Amino acid sequence: MHEMSLTESIVDIAVEAARKEGAERVTRVVVDVGALSHVEPEALEFCFAAVSRGTLAEGARLEIARLPGAGWCPDCGKTVALAERFAACPECGGFRVQMTAGDELKVREMEIA
Amino acid sequence: MCSVCGCGEAQVVLDKDKPVAEHAHPHDHVHDHSHDHGPHHHDEGAIDYGRGPAGAHAPGVSQERMVAIERDILSKNDAYARENRRALAAKGVFALNFVSSPGSGKTALLARTIVALKGRLAVSVIEGDQQTSNDAERIRATGAPAIQINTGKGCHLDAHMVGHAIETLDPEPNSTLFIENVGNLVCPAGFDLGEAHKVVVLSVTEGEDKPLKYPDMFAAADLLLLNKSDLLPHLDFDVGLCLANALRINPHLQTLVVSAKTGEGLAAFVAWIEASAARRAAALAKA
Repeated sequence: MHEMSLTESIVDIAVEAARKEGAERVTRVVVDVGALSHVEPEALEFCFAAVSRGTLAEGARLEIARLPGAGWCPDCGKTVALAERFAACPECGGFRVQMTAGDELKVREMEIA
Repeated sequence: MCSVCGCGEAQVVLDKDKPVAEHAHPHDHVHDHSHDHGPHHHDEGAIDYGRGPAGAHAPGVSQERMVAIERDILSKNDAYARENRRALAAKGVFALNFVSSPGSGKTALLARTIVALKGRLAVSVIEGDQQTSNDAERIRATGAPAIQINTGKGCHLDAHMVGHAIETLDPEPNSTLFIENVGNLVCPAGFDLGEAHKVVVLSVTEGEDKPLKYPDMFAAADLLLLNKSDLLPHLDFDVGLCLANALRINPHLQTLVVSAKTGEGLAAFVAWIEASAARRAAALAKA
């Protein structure tokens, strides 16, 4: 459950930014989580309520934007969709696909009051 | 006060009779709360500005506003890892982060490697486990200085904990530092500790398809040690298939078949460490 420490980072980043803005509280946090990243979104949601308790982000809604995975297949010479990390190229079946998108793990924005 | 992060709570001690590396970490606090399913403290009668535009009745006016952040969730850990890498480079310390599932034989392998490196390279060790300082004691028995980090409920080491441990352990210049991560083939993959290389240890009593089942760790590693080769005569384990699976995930992965029990392959591993440390030192000298 490394999602617990990732959630702690999310809350830390949001609270730090909220303080800088002079906000009284954080009401919504939007995070980008790539489909190929090593993170279980449900686990982030589960941890968020517990981790944010007693902080400026207590009661805030966590919105997880799932970003699709993609990779470059050198055999096909083009970018292909990837549903799974290290999966075969959906076009040619080769295993040389280099991931180009989908491992994002980022706090994008938040709503403060 | 802690000079790594100013947290004022670092306490990592080498005294083996005391619980070592009890860094009163903000994480501990959070874990305490995470399993508390007691009554919530929300005051139901209060006006809650956190729930939508409460109290803002003027049309089009909301008390909320959006703020762009665009920060990587791992950015804090990565900043600590950069600091660790800088501190290690300043002293010429070559650090390896050993990762595996529990029971792969990491500690036995490290102990045997330390003995094999005696007189060639000074080694110190950071041991990560949820509880007990058993592993640090096993390492100290070889004569190498070791420090134990107990993560409590934590499932991996992070760069912040390791920074404190490096500070306390104070490895000697131009030595090698082994960091034995918490036995877990999933969580430690994403956390950079400031090491030169991740080394993944897999044992032949596990399945050949483990690299496919837990690909992140094999993708993050630079070297795979396939341990417990002494048991191969008693098993149906297919070494070739296992290595092929690992290379499918990470074509740049280097692989060695070893046995901490018989010492098979350890000379090759020692040579790898010496060559990699020398290459690292040369790269740092050039930079």
